[in-house]
Parts: sequence; structure tokens; C-alpha cells
Amino acid sequence: MQPVMDDEDESRADVSGEIRLPATLEGSGPLPQQAEIVIVGGGVMGLAIAYYLARRGLTDVVVIERGYLAEGASGRNGGGVRQQWSTEINIRLMQESVELCRRFAVDVGVNVWFRQGGYLFLARSQNEVARLEKNIALQNRCGVATRMLEPKQAKDIVPELNLDGIVGAAFNPSDGILFPWPFLWGYARQAAAMGVKIYTQTPVVSLVARDGGGYDVRTERGTCRARRVINATGAWSPKLAELVGVKVPTFPIRHEICSSEPLKPFLRPMVSELASGLYCSQSMRGEIVGGVTVPGHGSTYAMGSTLEFLTTYARRLVRLMPILGDIKVLRQWAGPYDQSPDGNPILGPAPDHPDFFLACGFVGHGFMMAPIVGKLYAEWLTGGTPHEIFSRYRLARFTDGSGASQPKEDFNIG
Amino acid sequence: MAGKIVLCRCEDMTLADLEHSVGRGYKDIEEVKRYTGFGTGPCQGKECLAVVATQLARLCKQPPATVPPFTSRPPLAPTPLKLLARDPGAHRFDDDPGDD
Repeated sequence: MQPVMDDEDESRADVSGEIRLPATLEGSGPLPQQAEIVIVGGGVMGLAIAYYLARRGLTDVVVIERGYLAEGASGRNGGGVRQQWSTEINIRLMQESVELCRRFAVDVGVNVWFRQGGYLFLARSQNEVARLEKNIALQNRCGVATRMLEPKQAKDIVPELNLDGIVGAAFNPSDGILFPWPFLWGYARQAAAMGVKIYTQTPVVSLVARDGGGYDVRTERGTCRARRVINATGAWSPKLAELVGVKVPTFPIRHEICSSEPLKPFLRPMVSELASGLYCSQSMRGEIVGGVTVPGHGSTYAMGSTLEFLTTYARRLVRLMPILGDIKVLRQWAGPYDQSPDGNPILGPAPDHPDFFLACGFVGHGFMMAPIVGKLYAEWLTGGTPHEIFSRYRLARFTDGSGASQPKEDFNIG
Repeated sequence: MAGKIVLCRCEDMTLADLEHSVGRGYKDIEEVKRYTGFGTGPCQGKECLAVVATQLARLCKQPPATVPPFTSRPPLAPTPLKLLARDPGAHRFDDDPGDD
């Protein structure tokens, strides 16, 4: 079925000492005729679900990705993993996600350069201080050790800060950053090793509901009969849902980001200022990776880069850390947030479509949520008790009024 | 031998690394960039892109013309933040000083 891969294995055999490993991705052959679960979307959410399903023993799973793994937001984000949120459920989910990130290299066998240097949020007004204090009280009740700092204490953590205009800061030392790409390859490789089949460059052409349940998932590489389909296509979720007549009220918002030349390690935490959505961190490669919120571009799938973003980022960052003025930007790019109307994700089956499951609407924090959400999703789909996120975050909340009682997450930064 | 053939000098990416990437199934040039890190250093692919694309085509037994370059990213050349920060087109937030 995979003659191309076999040829390549032979070519690799020329390299002395090379250990032969199974290919992570399926070659150019057709899709299997049927599967228990087809996950559409080879981003972190889909691959996390696939990995945990396989870990739970459900390996009759096919992942179908339109392009290449990490082509969407999963490969375009800043790699931040934080527990500083404004709603209890997000704080508690992220406590578990951080623990999964800490164990990732051991559990999955891939180094994702996870580094817990903390997250430092900077306030430039008393309103922002009050917002941070309110969040910190909740975070502390959940067992997250965030604390409020005076500006000069923030400078103890990041001596390069210019404190002009800074009136307070929040710091949690156990937040961190990781390198997004290997995270996906790790999930993909382990899922594939357990029997999950992963097809890239395979757009879904149509989803046809079958009598008695499930869907025919039609692609240019053939049709796979799926008992259940999971929509994990991130910002493209409304488009995939349209194929089965489901309206998902999320929309894509372009967020830009950039990376500098590598520097000797000096910056421990992720630094962010609330006023502008500026954030930056130093990756394990030494680069300063960061962005800023430039308002007003509306809903778009266009992923082009703008000079306005780069100059705005530069202006805010050089003001906050003047010493960075001489470092050079190497590269800028963009990725789509899957923006949901209430800032919360959309999970579980669509109304009247019990075999069509959603895992979308994560508003720019799907990457950091994916480890725990993937785990909980897999536990539920393999017979475990559904976690409360699957009742809280149903799609139906937007039409039956149940969403109004949910606390809205308002700490989506960057 | 192949392990010592460097394709991307900025990121120390070798022909063996490329073979490894292809062997895992990561053979779209965008995947190869992400899997090996080639083209993400100071030259941003200006030195290495053509040679990697040529070798990728050879390994995949495809004509070189079928391997497109990866998406080029601004800026054209590494640019200091302090120059960008002076651009009058930057967005001003409520707390931005008038001119600094």
C-alpha cells in the first residue's frame, strides 16, 4: 500500500547507524473503507484526541488533514501555556494541561522544549490591577501560586523592563512555553504507532449522513465510512460543519506574530502587557517570539503579514524593553484564532447530529488546552464519565439560552 | 557520509536530517522546514532553499519543478526593532505617548 515509503526506507538504509522507524503519516494510498472515528483536522486538538483514544485502546481511528500537520493555528502560535485565567474551569483545566506538558517528553518520547519560566502580566492602569487582583484571588483558591507584584518586583524578574507607566504586575512561576511543532509530531507518531492512520494533503469533499448513523467521509483519496466524526478543524470548523448542515457561530480572526534572531538566554518568563496585548518570550532556540493585538481587521482567513503589525509590535516592545531595540526581526507570519461568540469553546455533538462532534472555538488558546481536552474527550468517547466541559460547552447554548449563565472568559490575550 | 553533508548552514541541517524527515512522511517542503528547522535562521532560506528543494525532489523521485519554495516571510532582510518602532504607521493605543 505504501510503495513510496518503502523506497524511502531503502534510501535511508544507506545512512549508517540510522534506526528504522515506521513512518508517521500514511503514504499516497486510499483511505480505509471504514473507521470507528474519523477526526478531521491534523492540528494539535485532533491529534491529541487521536493519541488519547489510542491510549484508551480505541485505535480504529483515522485523522484526515487537508494540508500538512500544523498548517493552521497549531503551527503558528507562540507556544504559551498558562494557568492565569479568569474562570475557574479554565484555571483547573490548565493546571492539568501544564502537568501533561511537564510529562510530555517522558510519556510521548519527544522533547518539546517545555520550560516553566512563568508568565508576567503587566498593568498600566488601576483598572488592570483590579482585574489581575480579582483573577489572582480565584487562581489562588484553585491552588495556582500567582501573586501580585509591585513594579520594582517585576524588574527583579526581568531587569530589562522599563517601568515607566507600569503600576503593577501578576506573576505565576509555573506557567511556561513550549515549541509547538514537535508537540504535534509526538502525538502523531505515538498515535500512528498504536494503529491510528493519519492522512495529510487530503481535503474532505463532503460528509454524507448514513441511514442508521455515521457519515461517509468523502475525499479525493476515497470514502471512509465513519461511525462518528470529530470536527477539529480550528478556524475552519464552521466550513466543515456546513457540510452536514450545522451552523457553528465561530469566525476566524487573524493574529500576527514574529520571531527575532537568536540571543543568549536572558528572559525567563513570558512577558505580556494588558493594555496592548503585547507578549513576548524567549524560546529555547534563543529567539524572541511575540506579538501584539492590532485591532480592526475583522473576520478573515487571509493569513498575510502586515507592516502595521510589525511596527506596532516593535513600538510597544522597545518601549517596554528598550534594550531590545537593536535585535533584528527575522520572520513574521500569521495564524487564525477560532473566535467563539462568548469566548468559550464548543464541544460535544451538534444538536440533532449525535455522531458529529465538535472541538472548536478555542479563541487562541486551543494549543495549551489540547492536552487536557484531548484526554477528556477520549475518556468520554471510550465510555468514561463526561467531564462538565461537555455539558457546559454544547453548541446548543447559543440557541437555547443556557449559555447566558456561563461565566465568560475575558482573559484572552495576544 | 550523507550525515556530514550540510544543506542549511544556519540551522545545521544535513542531508541525513532531510532523509529522516522524508522517512517519517514529512515531505511537503513546509513540513520539512518545520521538522528540520531548515531555512529558519538568519538567511531565512536564501542560501539553503534551492538545495533542499532539489534533494527533496530527488528523494521523492519527483521532478524538481514540482517542489515549490516554502512561503517567504517578511521582512526581506533582518531588521532592527528600533527602526521598525519609528514607523509612523504603527497603531497607537490609548496609553501611547503622542510621539516618542
